[in-house]
Amino acid sequence: MRRIISMLMENEPGALSRVIGLFSQRGYNIETLNVAPTDDPTLSRLTLTTVGSDLRIEQLTKQLNKLVDVVKLADLTEGAHIERDMMLIKVRASGAARHEIKRTTDIFRGQIVDVGPNIYTIQIIGTSEKLDAFVAAMSDVDILEVVRSGVAGISRGEKVLSL
Amino acid sequence: MELLSGGEMIARALEDEGVEYIFGYPGGAVLHIYDALFKDCKIPHILVRHEQAATHAADGYARATGKPGVVLVTSGPGATNAITGIATAYMDSIPMVVLAGQVQSHLIGEDAFQETDMIGISRPIVKHSFMVKRTEDLPIMIKKAFRIASSGRPGPVVIDIPKDLTRPDAKYEYHYPETVKMRSYAPAQRGHTGQIKKATKLLLAAKRPIIYAGGGVLLGDASEQLTQLARELNYPVTKTLMGLGAYPGTDRQCLGMLGMHGFYEANMAMHNSDCILAVGARFDDRVTNTVGKFCPGAKVIHIDIDPASISKIVMADIPIVGPVQSVLTEMLAQIASLREKDSSLPDKPALEHWWQQIEEWRAAHGLFTGRRYGESDMIMPQQVIQSLYRATKGDAYITSDVGQHQMFAAQYYPFDKPRRWINSGGLGTMGFGLPAAMGVKLAFPDMDVACVTGEGSIQMNIQELSTCTQYDSAIKIINLRNNNLGMVTQWQDMQYEGRYAMSTYEDSLPDFVKLVEAYGHVGIQVTNLADLDGAMDEAFAMKDKLVFLDVIIDPTEHVYPMHIAPNGAMKDMWLSKNERT
Ligand SMILES: Cc1ncc(C[n+]2csc(CCOP(=O)(O)OP(=O)(O)O)c2C)c(N)n1
Ligand SMILES: [Mg+2]
Repeated sequence: MRRIISMLMENEPGALSRVIGLFSQRGYNIETLNVAPTDDPTLSRLTLTTVGSDLRIEQLTKQLNKLVDVVKLADLTEGAHIERDMMLIKVRASGAARHEIKRTTDIFRGQIVDVGPNIYTIQIIGTSEKLDAFVAAMSDVDILEVVRSGVAGISRGEKVLSL
Repeated sequence: MELLSGGEMIARALEDEGVEYIFGYPGGAVLHIYDALFKDCKIPHILVRHEQAATHAADGYARATGKPGVVLVTSGPGATNAITGIATAYMDSIPMVVLAGQVQSHLIGEDAFQETDMIGISRPIVKHSFMVKRTEDLPIMIKKAFRIASSGRPGPVVIDIPKDLTRPDAKYEYHYPETVKMRSYAPAQRGHTGQIKKATKLLLAAKRPIIYAGGGVLLGDASEQLTQLARELNYPVTKTLMGLGAYPGTDRQCLGMLGMHGFYEANMAMHNSDCILAVGARFDDRVTNTVGKFCPGAKVIHIDIDPASISKIVMADIPIVGPVQSVLTEMLAQIASLREKDSSLPDKPALEHWWQQIEEWRAAHGLFTGRRYGESDMIMPQQVIQSLYRATKGDAYITSDVGQHQMFAAQYYPFDKPRRWINSGGLGTMGFGLPAAMGVKLAFPDMDVACVTGEGSIQMNIQELSTCTQYDSAIKIINLRNNNLGMVTQWQDMQYEGRYAMSTYEDSLPDFVKLVEAYGHVGIQVTNLADLDGAMDEAFAMKDKLVFLDVIIDPTEHVYPMHIAPNGAMKDMWLSKNERT
């Protein structure tokens, strides 16, 4: 099953490489990874998605928790949550296709953030699934570049991941 | 407050931490630190001949005393030479603090002379590591390093120290904290009472129970509690290679080591048990054989300080995360109160039946029947270990290298006390034995310390004979000399039709007696069984000498029992070259 694991870790050099290193060391795979500082400058929030059996995920979260740099960790997929991935996608847009691309972008509630005579750069925000669907919808279009932020996530309701 | 340089802070912090020995080797990046040690530091520094030996010596010291071993090495090659020893300590959860020099801060990342990314290289084999950025942070980082290394599930911690931060002319206020708080580090302080209750009930209801004790019992200083629990219930105890000494090896209830080269009765009892109490053990593949066939009828209670060790390989029916000592203490109280209510617990008739079965196994294929020695004019390796046991009255510290000799020592020297058996179990590091023995001997100068080794392993750190000369380390080295990489040739016999691919040395071995004499030690070669006991006694009678006993043994002997793999269960074993279960 796909999991979204989110953690607060010490904003210190080496912390990120310990987390990443654990994955290759123990043979887990990371599908997406997103990391940035929080409102507390001493803490970073790292969110990753991975796929594995319950047992494997349990082992993985235990191993992550063991890292001294990991302060707190949650498997967001255990409860109701919001996930967002952001994609910038640059496509060739000329002639009749231009209008079609604009329409599809609107349907996906995306924005065209940069325009050239033959180019659109589109920004789409949503779940990974939605982003995948948009890419699929562009199958007839010449895609020049795709950049995704990786999943960021947060629990719904009162539940918070904080110190 | 006092003003100290970075180098002085390190010397002082180690003193304030109560460090007894520093094992190390100097070089450019740590010269400021060495100068500070030279000028004003009460802690003796042991100069090894190779940084790997510094880590193994510190490791041996740590295993024997329970206190963290301390290592000081320079950057680059000094640091990389220490890696094998750090990995060895990591695999066996040994507390160790490694101070590694680094090039000057402004040179980091420029491929400077003797620069290596020590934090990066050591990352997968340390419990944690610190890169020092400011001199003022040194005391708190050292404090944190010792705390992390020695608490919870212990392990090695590396501190990477750029040279400029130890400069003698840059002085800062020094204060060594009594304690440190780390928001992200909080090992469990006690087990969950509800879980302990459930576990105790299950344990008392067992009909074919077994206690499976690992190295965690020794690391958690819980041998006393474990022994009390086993005796109270009259339950059989088996121990891993790392757990030898966690329960008295000569006791009737002890079934000896389990696993790949475990005792027949131990493996059989595990396989047939209905309740396993695993304490500080981690279901290593050298224990379980094929996991899918592991102990099919057993419920598993697993006590460990490290939650990640629980249900990693074998699912625990009742997991208990906590320090083994406090959990067992609580369990003992639970047992008492349950038995007060129901004095028929545990099930005595069932237990009697179980013991009968175990005694049958023991009588059929137990190790000490002597039947294992083949017909040979040569000394058998097992006889050497038995002679060693006799000469030391079973009360020595025994370190070992890796190979057949290690298994013979583990099988034939029953350890009655914790922390007496010092070997590299997890990583299986050849070259561990001699430096580890140096570390143990420093900690216990009045005790017999022997290193059981093979001619292959001893040559991996033989340069340490010189360190032993410098520090009058009167250890005994028992070389089980089969003139080949015995554990390798055993596998080649069993799986490759006896093709000894690169596992013999032809005629290239040194004259070990002359070699040790060249270092100023005593060497004795033994070839006849009739001379063995005499030579052993002679060696141990020389209290202040390092004696190297070069015992020529039967080169064809194999270690048995041996798990049948692949696809075998705990109960599937070779019992001799042509006999299997
Ligand atoms: C550093 C290292 N290299 C290789 C091995 C693989 N290995 C395990 S046992 C062994 C043979 C050891 O030979 P020796 O020390 O003579 O002991 P014996 O088995 O003959 O008693 C080897 C090569 C190892 N454990 N460690
Ligand atoms: Mg050998």
